[in-house]
Amino acid sequence: MAEVEFDPAAVTDEVSEGIGEIREASDLEELKALKSRYSGAGSAMARASRAIGSLSADRKKTAGQLIGKLRADFGRAYGLKEGQLQQEEEDRRLRAERVDMTLPVDRKPQGARHPLTRLMEDVEDFFVSMGWRIAQGPELEAEWYNFDALNFGPDHPARQMQDTFYVKGNQARDAAGFVGSNMVMRTHTSPDQARSLITRGVPLYVACTGRVFRTDELDATHTPVFHQCEAIAVDEHLTMADLKGVLDKLAAAMFGPEARTRLRPSYFPFTEPSAEMDLWFPDRKGGPGWIEWGGCGMVNPNVLRSAGVDPDKYSGFAFGVGMERTLLLRHDINDMHDLVEGDVRFSQQFEMGE
Amino acid sequence: MPMVDIDWLKEHVEVPGDLTYPQLAKDLVRVGLEEEEIHQSTVTGPIVVGYVVDALPEPQKNGKVINWCHVDVGDAYNAVDDDGKKVPRGIVCGAPNMAAGEKVVVTLPGAVLPGDFKIEPRKTYGHLSDGMCASERELGLGSDHNGIILLRQYGFTDQEYEALKPGDDAMALLHMDNPVLEINITPDRGYAFSYRGVAREFHHSTGAAYTDPVMELNKALPQAADRSDQAPIEVRIEDDNPIHGVPGCDRYYVRSVQGYQPGSATPSWMRRRLTRAGMRSISLPVDVTNYVMLDLGQPLHAYDADKIEGPIVVRRARQGERLTTLDGKDRELSTEDLLITDSPKGEAGSRILGLAGVMGGLYGEVTDQTRNILIESAHFDQVTIARSARRHKLPSEASKRFERGVDPQMQPAAAQMAARLLQEFGGARIDATPLDLDRTTPMPTIDFKPSEVARLTDLDTDRDRIVAILEDIGCEVDSGAGQVLSVRPPSWRPDLGEACDLVEEVARLVGYDRIPINIPSAKVTGEVGLTDRQLRKRWVADTLAEYGLTEVLDYPFVGRQDLTAFGYDPDQEEAVSVELANPMAADRPFLRRVLMLPLANTVARNLRRGNTNVSLYEIGYIFVRDPKAPAVPTLSGGTRPSDEQLAQLDAGLPEQRLHVAALLTGLAQDDGWLKDHRPVDWTDAVESARRVLDRVGAHYRLEQPEADQVPAQWHPGRTAQVVLDDGTPVGMVGELHPRVIAELGFPEHSSAFELDLDGIFDHLDFSPLQAKPISTFPPVRQDLAFTVPVSVTADQLASAIREAAGTSLESIELFDVFTGEQIGQDAKSLAFAVTFRAPDRTLTSEDSEALRSAIVEKASGLGAQLRA
Repeated sequence: MAEVEFDPAAVTDEVSEGIGEIREASDLEELKALKSRYSGAGSAMARASRAIGSLSADRKKTAGQLIGKLRADFGRAYGLKEGQLQQEEEDRRLRAERVDMTLPVDRKPQGARHPLTRLMEDVEDFFVSMGWRIAQGPELEAEWYNFDALNFGPDHPARQMQDTFYVKGNQARDAAGFVGSNMVMRTHTSPDQARSLITRGVPLYVACTGRVFRTDELDATHTPVFHQCEAIAVDEHLTMADLKGVLDKLAAAMFGPEARTRLRPSYFPFTEPSAEMDLWFPDRKGGPGWIEWGGCGMVNPNVLRSAGVDPDKYSGFAFGVGMERTLLLRHDINDMHDLVEGDVRFSQQFEMGE
Repeated sequence: MPMVDIDWLKEHVEVPGDLTYPQLAKDLVRVGLEEEEIHQSTVTGPIVVGYVVDALPEPQKNGKVINWCHVDVGDAYNAVDDDGKKVPRGIVCGAPNMAAGEKVVVTLPGAVLPGDFKIEPRKTYGHLSDGMCASERELGLGSDHNGIILLRQYGFTDQEYEALKPGDDAMALLHMDNPVLEINITPDRGYAFSYRGVAREFHHSTGAAYTDPVMELNKALPQAADRSDQAPIEVRIEDDNPIHGVPGCDRYYVRSVQGYQPGSATPSWMRRRLTRAGMRSISLPVDVTNYVMLDLGQPLHAYDADKIEGPIVVRRARQGERLTTLDGKDRELSTEDLLITDSPKGEAGSRILGLAGVMGGLYGEVTDQTRNILIESAHFDQVTIARSARRHKLPSEASKRFERGVDPQMQPAAAQMAARLLQEFGGARIDATPLDLDRTTPMPTIDFKPSEVARLTDLDTDRDRIVAILEDIGCEVDSGAGQVLSVRPPSWRPDLGEACDLVEEVARLVGYDRIPINIPSAKVTGEVGLTDRQLRKRWVADTLAEYGLTEVLDYPFVGRQDLTAFGYDPDQEEAVSVELANPMAADRPFLRRVLMLPLANTVARNLRRGNTNVSLYEIGYIFVRDPKAPAVPTLSGGTRPSDEQLAQLDAGLPEQRLHVAALLTGLAQDDGWLKDHRPVDWTDAVESARRVLDRVGAHYRLEQPEADQVPAQWHPGRTAQVVLDDGTPVGMVGELHPRVIAELGFPEHSSAFELDLDGIFDHLDFSPLQAKPISTFPPVRQDLAFTVPVSVTADQLASAIREAAGTSLESIELFDVFTGEQIGQDAKSLAFAVTFRAPDRTLTSEDSEALRSAIVEKASGLGAQLRA
């Protein structure tokens, strides 16, 4: 077997030439071609490897070491360049994949809670945080709960048809006038004072949010169907000082830490003493000021008696605030129509923070 | 509501000289008289007194006669002639009462009158008119526009009239530049519907010295020695129909004045005060009765004594009686109406003079011929007057006061004051002898523990201060020995009946702002926080908003057109609907039985406004009328009804259930430039309903009725009933019927659901979910495609698979629904990906084969065949 020529200088030159070209390679394809040229079957390195077998034992060792070193050098250079080119190519590809991330993407239509129901939940949470319970009573109510139990006499002006929605009953159905069913759409959430006192007893700390009805035409500030929050607390030793404390806290919860309330003497059949409640509204358009916010007072002894509670032993306070009014003030809404008409644009702005 | 004029208020209380109207409003609101509005003067000057030097009538072609006048308006305002001398202004005046020598009110160029009427020099009828002589109406002082104001007839005394000089400020003279405060009176404070009452409250608020005019007048009443035994007229009170057992009239008092000079002028100050209170000056006798009413709060009526034939009978109207009231309206009277009548030809009570305390009739009124006058000063029952005023839609100044309560002890004083004024300004003689039919009873006393003030208000007020306050509001306080005061409220305070009423008086006079502030700690007993239902109601609302629907709050009113649009039989529906006696809109008198109806109107409104992809939901109450429900009893307040009575109250109320409904229209998916649009269909309704049901933890299934069982609102083939596990139906879901969709103008395939949340909540036990262990053994997945008859629902087949697979089933997912020729008519293919996993071991191939055969066998019961 003829000894194949083994020329260390030639193979070393070719490998270093190859390493030089690898360093200059501009893409992975060229790199692969260089790999097969300089380390493939026909390369000097391959030829030299084959030649080693025919070398003498002493030459074999040095030749093997040389080839091993050349292979390692070549492989290192190749790997380095391959990594570099792969990185460049990935960079190029990802740059090409760039999109306009500001394109609007709204696959599902935007939904929204009604701001009024959310407000009522906020109010409920306020009371729950103080350890109160939340009650709900019927919207179509017995006159006794809506009026008589609350110390409205049979001839009180509020009981007239111009304020109250009366409901036709079965018995009066064929008679003229239909009045006399003893049922009304509740004109306030106050009937829940009586219902709560009767069903829950004392001590009582209850708030009620809900719908109420009065025969007002819809305009910028009125709606025949609106919402109130009623609060009633009856216990031993409750006074108007406690009423003022809860009102101030609620005002701060709704209108910020600077908000507070003040009371003015007034009249409601179901409270005595009674007061109108004004809100100090720091964020009022046109400067901070007092704004009427609700009615309140100490629960009238006749209301307590109607519920079988001894007014000499127990006392309590009650107040009511309009939820629409609160929302209008808080969000600078100028027209009641927006609250009642159900236009999706109105509620959705509260979801989108516009 | 009443006007408060500081100038008038001064009569009864010492008003600070620099009191402004805003300050007055503040002072009054502190004690509970709320400001309605401060009416600002809308007039600006110069407006001055003018002396008419000459007035030359000039007939015009149009038949009118105008006067070309020269009016002296004082040196400051007079015109300047060619020689630089001050001369009277030339003014054209069309008023018929214009005459030389009169003193008139001249509005000069630069003045602005009500209605933004600017006075400027103007050419008219061939002259340059350099100002205007004004009528009452033009100045906003009243309604008289028959001529200009002649100050000679404006009620000034001779000396006052003499003193009026050309150029004097007429705005100040007539108080045109003053604002006036309008206040609101709460129903419990009828006494404040008068200067007497407002002045007292001003005193309470500020401490200013107050004199009760009634006390003063009472001192001037004729003494017994001056009276004869000849009453001015006989009066009978014959009330055969009292309301709530209260007689309609408990005091009827009459004074008589004679020799009144017809045509006597109302003094200017009285006229001005009436005008500023919003009343018109009519004649001295009428003006006097109005003036006394505004001042003291006692409505009076003046009769022509020569036309009245005694006795006067106060009685209720009889069936069929009619009366033409002063306003010219003929009215049918009710047997509850209280009347003042007299007795012509000795027939007692046969002629109606007026509706007591509300409005007089045409007969018996004072006229410009009247010389002898009877002044009626009576006390009528609040309820009687309130009902009559409402029945006849006559909220007169008198009825407003009587229905809030008039002091039953001031009738003599009021009549005295009126008689005095008629004497002073009308030359009348006062008859010293009154008629006084007095059946009033003294105010009952209240036992009052001063400690109640602290118990209810936390105000630290000592006993002496409390007694002083109660005496200041007019109470008689017996503060002798013992803990309890005996308090008799004043006659003008019928609202003071209980200890708490006195507490309010003390608290408001001490000041509500003095009450301390305390935050009470609620005694927590039993459960805390929101109830399970309240929480779930919120979850439902949030779930649907997150799903892409918008919450709305509709009015619950529906009408025939809504029922018809939804394919209901209106007659059937109305028979079980609650109906309002006085609806806002006559065509929507019913309360909703389903939420979908009002919701559809809100969707339609959105669509009309150009909003797209409108999908709305509402959570609210529906109302169901039970035609057999018992009557709701009439019970009175103040005592607790028995448990049985309370149960009757609730038994009569229509059922009110919390529902949630959603209506979906437009695109369910709308991603704009991504071009992946998908219109809403029944699947969106089903998915949103399922999310709600799953969120609250309901155990339910959908049951699809046969087409002929589907209600008319729904698509017969695309509707399912939501049924709880125990078979209770709790709602419907599906596509609306195409006819309903067309009727409402909604996009095709609009879909909806409505669920009875109360029904769902009723079947939840709200106990915490008991979790299943999570198996860590490997799953086995199998795809199973079945051919089934079309009548078999996916849910039925899935249930069969679940049942057969038992506890090894981990999940089941329908991944293909296919119909077509290969399968044949009346059949469809349903393909499920089923995953099995055992809790305790790895399933073997034998296991999964056994499960597969069990499923196939079970499915065959539904007519399902496994496809190869």
